[in-house]
Amino acid sequence: MRDQKLWTWHLAAGAIILVLLGLHMVIMHLDALVGIFNPAGGHPIDWANVVARGQSLAFTATYILLLGAGLFHGLYGLRNILFELDPAPPLKRALSWVLLLVGVGLFILGTWAAWVGHQVASMT
Amino acid sequence: MVKDRGHPNRLGIWGWFGGGSWGPDRYLYSLHRVTGLGLLLYFLLHIVVTSSRALGQGAWEESMARVSGPVFMLGEYLVFVAFAFHAINGVRLLFAELGYGIGKPIEPIYPYRTCLDDQRPWALGALVLIAALIVVGALDFFVWH
Ligand code: HEM
Ligand code: HEM
Repeated sequence: MRDQKLWTWHLAAGAIILVLLGLHMVIMHLDALVGIFNPAGGHPIDWANVVARGQSLAFTATYILLLGAGLFHGLYGLRNILFELDPAPPLKRALSWVLLLVGVGLFILGTWAAWVGHQVASMT
Repeated sequence: MVKDRGHPNRLGIWGWFGGGSWGPDRYLYSLHRVTGLGLLLYFLLHIVVTSSRALGQGAWEESMARVSGPVFMLGEYLVFVAFAFHAINGVRLLFAELGYGIGKPIEPIYPYRTCLDDQRPWALGALVLIAALIVVGALDFFVWH
């Protein structure tokens, strides 16, 4: 029951990632073809472009959403793969905890970076 | 009792790489798994690397310099390829798992049709789209720049 719920969230997260990461890939990698959200020109990872996106509250919020959805989807997917190998129950519990801690830790780091990055950009 | 035809579902780790007698869908499954794990590995490192932007221009440019050069460029292109496959094939799986595009249950009358017969055109369509994205991505990465 619980796994069915988590798996449904895994699929829902996939749909969210599709939209947000799709946009992220277009911005970062189809810049020569499409060229959106890179107001300073040059490369999408140039500081001026990072700042321009960072000033936007919408980018900040959707990065945090993508961060959460991506971490859940990816780490839950990894958990499923590892559980297919049928580890002993204590090992299963330990794995779940490790993956949860990695996910929460990186979520805190990324949220901090998005938020402080937004403030740094707004002062620039 | 129905006799086991010698293809137990659990092929173990080798089942992640080989299709055995399961056919093309098994290879799509393997690729979905490999690309998912590749994206995850990149993503975990990506969070750490991009968080340097919170520390200002100097820290950002330093960490970007650390991940530049032809090797990283090729790596990033592979991330893009993995994304193209995992995203498009993922949409196909989303629909299939919700019951769309796999046909309705029918009486098993010879010659037997399986849900794979209904699914195959979608899988082919997905592959064509993925190939197109990979080509456009390569042009953007290596030619138009
Ligand atoms: C682009 C949008 C994405 C979509 C539509 C998508 C969709 C899916 C779907 C439908 C599954 C299969 C679930 C199942 O059959 O139980 C899956 C598995 C998985 N995904 Fe994604 N995904 C996306 C992005 C990502 C990203 C960015 C990552 C990495 C952070 C990722 C990592 C994984 C992993 C590790 C699995 C497990 C693979 C397996 O069990 O063989 N996915 N995804
Ligand atoms: C290889 C291609 C990629 C490039 C060049 C790239 C580039 C960037 C850059 C420059 C940023 C900083 C924010 C900004 O400037 O707007 C960023 C943030 C971010 N990227 Fe990517 N990215 C790539 C792939 C991915 C993938 C595959 C994911 C997986 C889901 C992802 C998820 C994120 C998230 C969640 C953030 C915000 C992180 C945070 O708030 O700390 N990116 N990316």
